[in-house]
Amino acid sequence: MRLIDVMQFSSHSLQGSRARTLLMMLAMSIGVAAVMVLTALGEGARLYVVNQFSSLGSNLVLVFPGRTETAGISPGMLLGQIPRELTMDDARALLKSRAIARVAPLTAGSSQISYGPLNREVVVLGSTADLLEVRHMDLALGQFLPATHTEEPLCVLGAKIRRELFGNASAIGNWVRLGDRRFRVIGVLASQGESMGFNTDELVIVPVSSAHLLFNNSGLLRILIEAKSRDAIEKAKLDAESILLARHNGERDVTVITQDAVLATFDRILRALTLAVGGIAAISLAVAGILIMNVMLIAVSQRVREIGLLKALGAPASKIRMLFFTEAALLSGAGSITGLLLGEAGIFLIARLYPSLPVTAPWWAVLAAVCTALATGILFSVWPARRAALLDPVAALSGR
Amino acid sequence: MISLEHVTRNFAVGDLEVSALRDINLTIAAGDYVSIMGPSGSGKSTLLNLIGLLDRPSSGIYRLDGRDVTSLDDEEQAKVRSEKIGFVFQSFHLVPRLTASMNIELPLILAGIPPDDRKARVEELLQDYGLADRTDHRPDQLSGGQRQRVAIARATSMHPAVLLADEPTGNLDQATGREVIGLLEKLTEQHVALILVTHDPMIGSRAKRQLHMVDGQIVSQT
Repeated sequence: MRLIDVMQFSSHSLQGSRARTLLMMLAMSIGVAAVMVLTALGEGARLYVVNQFSSLGSNLVLVFPGRTETAGISPGMLLGQIPRELTMDDARALLKSRAIARVAPLTAGSSQISYGPLNREVVVLGSTADLLEVRHMDLALGQFLPATHTEEPLCVLGAKIRRELFGNASAIGNWVRLGDRRFRVIGVLASQGESMGFNTDELVIVPVSSAHLLFNNSGLLRILIEAKSRDAIEKAKLDAESILLARHNGERDVTVITQDAVLATFDRILRALTLAVGGIAAISLAVAGILIMNVMLIAVSQRVREIGLLKALGAPASKIRMLFFTEAALLSGAGSITGLLLGEAGIFLIARLYPSLPVTAPWWAVLAAVCTALATGILFSVWPARRAALLDPVAALSGR
Repeated sequence: MISLEHVTRNFAVGDLEVSALRDINLTIAAGDYVSIMGPSGSGKSTLLNLIGLLDRPSSGIYRLDGRDVTSLDDEEQAKVRSEKIGFVFQSFHLVPRLTASMNIELPLILAGIPPDDRKARVEELLQDYGLADRTDHRPDQLSGGQRQRVAIARATSMHPAVLLADEPTGNLDQATGREVIGLLEKLTEQHVALILVTHDPMIGSRAKRQLHMVDGQIVSQT
């Protein structure tokens, strides 16, 4: 029997019981679509996080005061010591490393900003000119903090802060009040939206010295380091560690992490999550497989006479088995294709509803869904096909 | 061509062993026209199924064209059925979802005949059996006589050497029954051996050889 004839015969018998075929296809396609949509969501979440990270800057190395890697209590804490602060001098010293391109010290606090009668709470960042480059921020108007050290009270506003305080009026050159001090607005950041919970639109950036005066403190919250290239990240990290070790009298009291390490962790977690969610969806495919088995068993008992006839006409058991296999394969194939379309439609819908989430089903998930559908369809038809093949032709012909 | 030697067939019914066929010895030549008659339960259908390789004897030897076919495996037996044996049933046994021409084509498809050859052969059979205007009708759109003509066309599509008919007129009125018997008898002129199981003595008596069976044995031959 030719393959094309087998396919034709099987598709004929599928068309013979249309309602049943459609229901089974539906079950199969919902399974495939569920796997696609759920993995697309998981993958979307992962890409979202990755994008957010890279919008924070590239080739970043972060220095935190204190040593937090060994979670728990450090010996210094038991002796009542607080970790040594990171200073501006520390930050400047890091530039000695040839692997480090830029350094942006960072200190932060929250304060009241007011202009005329308007005021609101804002996060104030103290930093230097390099922050703009390191953090990949764009300036909409005016200029950023000056490159040279300054004691002048200058500030750069986030886009939303400017809008709320000044409306359509020009902000540049005006004086705003932060806490109990006055600052001259020299620039406005371009609107970037939120990234990693840090909304640059609602920030005010001032020179480090001003921030220290404003919040009456001296240390740095962290130092952002931009390595010269991707390959230099490790070197930059090691250099930062050794430079700070030397400056801190041989005490390892800072934590240096690379953004890549953080990103890799998130990446792993979210990938695992995607796999887990996809796996759960795949269970629905197995259920669809059992449904197919059930319906195939019914089909076998409904078509006992036909099977008997095929045997009488010269079909050996192997051929009968193949016919039922093909039927299951066609069924799960058609179900997979409708499932793919359904899944794509679902993903399109989600992408429409949540435009910020980059939802796309990864190719491996699509492939896995289709393969699982085909495999379960065929696997679960083994038993029904076997039953059909082993029917006694005489009994089958008389419908028993 | 067909030879049965000491063929028996026993069925287990509960704890009992029931003999459907006892020590059957029979030879049938090409072009023979044989009718098998007898009361129900006399073993006529069992004998027919055995000759058609749908059933295996409990003991004895069945030779077809000189070849011992009792010991063949499923695959080989199916091949023999496909190439040498045609069946005509009382209840027609057409596949309800397939058209007349597709039903006739079925044995050719199963045998893996190329589509062009199949088409020509089916066309010829539709003409021969007066079904040319019923090509695309499904069985439920055909009359009983037409259905049995489709079944006979199907049984002869592979040019079998033996045609086995089990009560072919059982579901037909007398006139169409006679017409169907006529078609079958015509086949014996083409050297097809026709073996006909029937209750009806009117039909059975038309055969050149008539076997009467009682309790699994052939009691008389003419």
